[in-house]
Amino acid sequence: MNIIRDVIKPISKGMKITLRHFLEPKDTVSYPEQRKEQFPRTRWRHVLLRYENGLERCIGCSLCAGACPVRCIYVEAAENTDEERYSPGERYAKRYEINLLRCIYCGYCQDACPTGAIVLREDYELADYTREAFIATKEMLLEPLPVRDEVAEAMAK
Amino acid sequence: MEKRVQEIVLRDSSTPAIPNLEIGGNVLVTRLDEIVNWARRNSIFPLTFGLACCAIEMMSTAAARFDLARFGMEVFRASPRQADLMIVAGRVSKKMAPVLRQIYDQMPAPKWVVSMGACASCGGIFNNYAIVQGVDQIVPVDVYVPGCPPSPDALIYALIKLQQKIRTQRLGMLLELKPRTEPLAIERGNGVQAITGEK
Ligand code: SF4
Ligand code: SF4
Ligand code: SF4
Repeated sequence: MNIIRDVIKPISKGMKITLRHFLEPKDTVSYPEQRKEQFPRTRWRHVLLRYENGLERCIGCSLCAGACPVRCIYVEAAENTDEERYSPGERYAKRYEINLLRCIYCGYCQDACPTGAIVLREDYELADYTREAFIATKEMLLEPLPVRDEVAEAMAK
Repeated sequence: MEKRVQEIVLRDSSTPAIPNLEIGGNVLVTRLDEIVNWARRNSIFPLTFGLACCAIEMMSTAAARFDLARFGMEVFRASPRQADLMIVAGRVSKKMAPVLRQIYDQMPAPKWVVSMGACASCGGIFNNYAIVQGVDQIVPVDVYVPGCPPSPDALIYALIKLQQKIRTQRLGMLLELKPRTEPLAIERGNGVQAITGEK
């Protein structure tokens, strides 16, 4: 048995591969400190959008609930009045709830919505300790009211 | 490990505030408490329990890109006797339910369950006769992870939440034969959650 040819050469050849991989940059994303970049069409937690003037986009038509394959959206509509106006149309969603646990984040609700009210965004940190915590109500889903940028308005004048 | 948890707390208001961990009530074992909890939460051995498509994401969580070894959880055990954590990854059919329960019963006492994915947590898209509508009907679940499937980072987030939960456990609770008979009381107010009570 030739010790150089049969032992040392193959081992050093193998270790070369090990060494090469050891010196390569690491693939690991150390998650809580770093985040991997999200793709532009990533679909996670829903957001109910508003128009620029603060009115809700949702008109309570329940089309999203109809399109949802797991039936995890509940919409209860009510009429807008001139005193109490939530959305530009006739009706608005009085209650809007999504069971985020049942939801499969398929985005069909986003496709079905005629006003583009519901969109799925990148917030994937949704795990929780109880099942009740996953019922997302309208207040939790609605994006915050736009802040009026008075400086920019004054500049525009 | 401390740093990781705190960073999560900063970013997310739904993470429970950790109650005051220093001396509470029992002066003799309170430090021991912390040491035991520290050891437990940093070397959780998960059980290999992939049931469906979610298991693929569980595997990729353990792989190089997300590297569960950073949390001391990379040793997926095939034997329930050596495992602390059951990640139920995938849909549980009614035929699988007794098996799952038996495996859970075979795990040694401080044990935790993470229900991964919409199917394991509540049946997901399979609202039919064959699938158990939520694995919490069979075993007590500690953390639910929504998503279909949850991405590896979402699962790691859930595991960090599990570590936080283990951190709040008390030694009296750990010494009991069945450590998890009562769930942690979770209070909700102003949209911020907090685990209340010593239990
Ligand atoms: S993303 Fe899919 S499953 Fe989730 S609420 Fe929308 S339609 Fe339903
Ligand atoms: S979110 Fe869109 S589809 Fe759903 S009720 Fe509102 S307007 Fe209709
Ligand atoms: S939640 Fe989705 S990915 Fe996970 S087991 Fe069910 S169908 Fe598969």
